[in-house]
Amino acid sequence: MEYVRAFVVGGAICIIGQILIDKTNLMSGRILVMFVVLGAVLHGIGLYEPIVEFGGAGATVPLPGFGYSLAKGAIQEVEKVGLRGAFTGGLKATAAGITAAILFAFIASLIFNPKAKD
Amino acid sequence: MDKIQNMKNEYQQMVKKTSPNSNLLRDSVRAFWVGGTICAIGQLITNIVKSFGYSKDEASMIATIILVFLGILLTGLDIYDSIGKYAGAGTIVPITGFANSMVSPAIEYKKEGYVFGVGARMFLIAGPVIVYGTITSVIVGIIHYFI
Repeated sequence: MEYVRAFVVGGAICIIGQILIDKTNLMSGRILVMFVVLGAVLHGIGLYEPIVEFGGAGATVPLPGFGYSLAKGAIQEVEKVGLRGAFTGGLKATAAGITAAILFAFIASLIFNPKAKD
Repeated sequence: MDKIQNMKNEYQQMVKKTSPNSNLLRDSVRAFWVGGTICAIGQLITNIVKSFGYSKDEASMIATIILVFLGILLTGLDIYDSIGKYAGAGTIVPITGFANSMVSPAIEYKKEGYVFGVGARMFLIAGPVIVYGTITSVIVGIIHYFI
């Protein structure tokens, strides 16, 4: 059941992305930016946590989940150390994902070559 | 030949204009099941990590690292972009798509060197995402402090 919920919630978020791609001329990069900001704002007003509770990875794996992690980290750190936490919490909470992406992308660029244009 | 090519292009544009709904439905179904599957795999990885005694947040973080790794590996092997042609947003919106957006230009612009090719181009899309995500998180944190 947990997997079905993750599947449905994650799939639904991707449909929203697909509608934005098909119906607007927004480039996918802009949509990713919108999704991250949206996830952070929704968590700020307390609306994303219920989606995560219900959908699990279905809510955390899509890009709004990245925004959610950023905002959640900032809030938790503010509660722990005060105002300066707003400056450290977000990136602290998402450091693993960002670092992994930088490191693995760099290693991949050493190993793989661009495919030939046909 | 040029004429035929032009007609082909015009026809394709006509098709695009007149049948957006059926395409949207088809694209949405594809995005739904591929994106959903990636998230279900994410759930599976999270649960496996959790079974080693990690907390929910820790497991979710480790699962993210693994998903990012898989997204980058599949991009390097030319598999991710092939799925992407079929799935559209289904492969763009998950965190694997974020990883894909970093590694694709990194490989593509390798010939421009490791500093301004790989190092800079990696953040073509990830840069704006991190910039606006971070700024939003700071604002959310500050508001939380004063409320």
